[in-house]
Amino acid sequence: MWNLLQIELFKISKRPRTYIAFAAIAAIVFIFQFAFKADGQSYMNLMLQSVKDSFEFERTKAINGYFMCYIILNTLLVQLPILVALIAADSISGEANMGTLRLLITKPISRTQLILVKFAAATIFTILLLVWMAIISLFFSLLIFGADDMLIFRSKGDESQILLISQDDVMWRYLAAFAYATVALTVIAALSLFLSIFADNSIGPIIATVCIVLVCTIISNINVPIIDKNVRPFLFTSYLVGWKGFFYIATTEDGVPIKGSVENWAAIRNSLSILLLHIGVLLGASVFIFRKKDILS
Amino acid sequence: MSAIIKVNHLSKQFKDTKAVDDLSFTVNEGDVYGFLGQNGAGKSTTIRMLLSLITPSEGEIIIFGKKLQTHRSEILTQVGAVIEKPDLYKYLSAYDNLSIFAKMSGSKVSRELLMKQLEMVGLADRAKGKVETFSQGMKQRLGIAVALVHNPALIILDEPTNGLDPQGIADMRNLILRLSREMGKTILISSHLLSEIELIANRMIILHKGKKMVEGKVAELLDPAHSMIQLETTNDAAAKEKLSQSKWADALQQGNSIKLLMNKQTVPQLISDLVGLDVSILSVNSSHSLENYFLSLTTMSGHVEPFAN
Amino acid sequence: MNLLRFGLVLIAMVSIIVVKAQENVNALIQKVNAKIEKVNDYTAEGKMKTKVVFLKVPVSAVKIYFKKPNRLKIKNEKGISFVPKGAVSINISNIVNGEKYTALDAGMDKIGNTAVRVVKLLPTDDNADIVLSTIYIDEANLLIKKAKTTTRENGSYELEMTYGKYSAYGLPDKIIFTFNTKEYKLPKGITFDFDDGESAKSNIPRGLNKNKGQAEIIFDSYIINKGVSDAVF
Repeated sequence: MWNLLQIELFKISKRPRTYIAFAAIAAIVFIFQFAFKADGQSYMNLMLQSVKDSFEFERTKAINGYFMCYIILNTLLVQLPILVALIAADSISGEANMGTLRLLITKPISRTQLILVKFAAATIFTILLLVWMAIISLFFSLLIFGADDMLIFRSKGDESQILLISQDDVMWRYLAAFAYATVALTVIAALSLFLSIFADNSIGPIIATVCIVLVCTIISNINVPIIDKNVRPFLFTSYLVGWKGFFYIATTEDGVPIKGSVENWAAIRNSLSILLLHIGVLLGASVFIFRKKDILS
Repeated sequence: MSAIIKVNHLSKQFKDTKAVDDLSFTVNEGDVYGFLGQNGAGKSTTIRMLLSLITPSEGEIIIFGKKLQTHRSEILTQVGAVIEKPDLYKYLSAYDNLSIFAKMSGSKVSRELLMKQLEMVGLADRAKGKVETFSQGMKQRLGIAVALVHNPALIILDEPTNGLDPQGIADMRNLILRLSREMGKTILISSHLLSEIELIANRMIILHKGKKMVEGKVAELLDPAHSMIQLETTNDAAAKEKLSQSKWADALQQGNSIKLLMNKQTVPQLISDLVGLDVSILSVNSSHSLENYFLSLTTMSGHVEPFAN
Repeated sequence: MNLLRFGLVLIAMVSIIVVKAQENVNALIQKVNAKIEKVNDYTAEGKMKTKVVFLKVPVSAVKIYFKKPNRLKIKNEKGISFVPKGAVSINISNIVNGEKYTALDAGMDKIGNTAVRVVKLLPTDDNADIVLSTIYIDEANLLIKKAKTTTRENGSYELEMTYGKYSAYGLPDKIIFTFNTKEYKLPKGITFDFDDGESAKSNIPRGLNKNKGQAEIIFDSYIINKGVSDAVF
């Protein structure tokens, strides 16, 4: 199994498209950093437009490395599924397209093993993507913008809130958030892998994955009570942003944030288990279908 | 002489076509077994079933004395295959491709062994070259190297000469003969060209529309003395039944009509026997040779094969 | 501009106004003023706590710098803090330029157990933003315990002061500043928020509603009249 995984990772590492994802992330993050370095104040003003006359605070301090990483993650985690799909959706369909799939299947490897190895490779790719993301969006931002307390702008139901997390309470939240994001994106990888079983080229499953994520995200964000109640809980995309839960710090009755706390652990646990369930179901279905599939490519 | 491949009543039903229909045959150790048929005859489907790419609808496949269904991995460690085009990882070098597939076959491979293998197919000097820069012939040779790298006892080659120039075809033929004679490999090779099978195979089978037409020793089947005799009787079913219990059973071929592969000189004997069996003969047709018979099949308009190249 | 400045300016206002009101009220104000005048500058250390419905910020350690006549700065020891600026800044000049107010004696009242004199300050200028200020003075100790101000444009705000060690200088140990704030709304569609399934419970800090905020500063220590560099302002 380990042997197969090594082979799989070797193949991924030799493909130019693998590095497109890393380059794309770097490019987007650098543009963000440049933009905020040049004109972060406008963003702050936009976020604070309704209260900027009532309070005075250190804006230059507010645009710091921690804050930047949050903004970047918030925006980029919507695009990351595309990059994960780029590799994961190619898992089976890419081999089918190249004609190597039939050679693979004639090797003394069970199809279950093959799917699991493909999944493991896609997961490792996802992890590397997020590690890369952490390096440039968090550590690079900290280098450029410095560290300070972190402001979180949050809408909670009809209310909006500004949360302040003191700087010595931030790093563990990012570690937890990146770990959560890994699980969330692994769902995308599992979905892509599942779809890639049915196709003979990788474009179809990539587009299908992106479409599914897009449609579900849009539905997740239609703020209509009937959808919020009846549809939203069943869409995995509703849980992709669960990493933010780690930044929703709990407060005392007086509204003072409690260091090291999280407002709703249960919701994070719940989301995490739903995501893991998705991975399990998609992977199980992939194995089940792939085992029965006639390889005609 | 033990059976390496034994196929019993194998069928494969795709949505609305029966690609392989009640097929039985045996490949013995040391055979170069020719799989002959036009496109769509069911060659590829059968080969894919032998390699577990496709699950049979009915029937069983026994390789090395073990059921393929239950001993898949065990069997496949001993099998090397080139299926249609030898597609490999284009973005990897010849060496990397070979190395990957060798590892997947579970064999420990040294650099020397891999290079020796590349040398054997004449690609040693292009070991580091990416496959995407290779010609069709080079890819074909690399495909053979991949099929052989783990030293399998059984080699399955699906249309290995497709897309090759005459020199390439000759090289391939020599390689197959060497594998058989010098290394004692059992080889199953499919082709739509009788001329090709004729030169290398010792036994062969002809498929048509998923069914077995004839099977036997190439030398016998292609003996000019042998002809395909087709009979028309007042009751074909009853006549076949009677023939299958007579001394003509071996010559009798599958199919709805009555066909016998036999020495033309013995036709009068056949007719007198039939008369003795109380069969009323309407007509007797004889084709000159198996080659003509095969040509008559291949020139018929066949349906499009699902795996046509 | 901030609450503290507001507080001090109110005090300054009291000291500057030469009112044509009842003798005793004027005299009282002048006495209070005289006490405050003793402080030329100070540097104070303290803790600031902001209680605003939408703002979840920790208590922050702050340094407060003051210099006569009305220069004041609140600086964080570290990190970020939200300092309410409110309507205060708009009115400083009005107040400082003073002499436009009439002081009225509004009788006696009690804050806690302390008897206080209530003085109402009415601007003589009809167009002034401040409509009315009410100050509550502890006559025995010459300290302003509370001030309420109503403005034309920016609602009303309130200062409550508690004195201790530094009462001799008229400097409070604790200030509670209550002010008006708008409701905070994030621009729509900017955040993809994680909905944890709970509807927002309004945990509004006691004594506040959506439109009121409170800031509380507790002073730990003052360094008085030792000079403050202009650079800090």
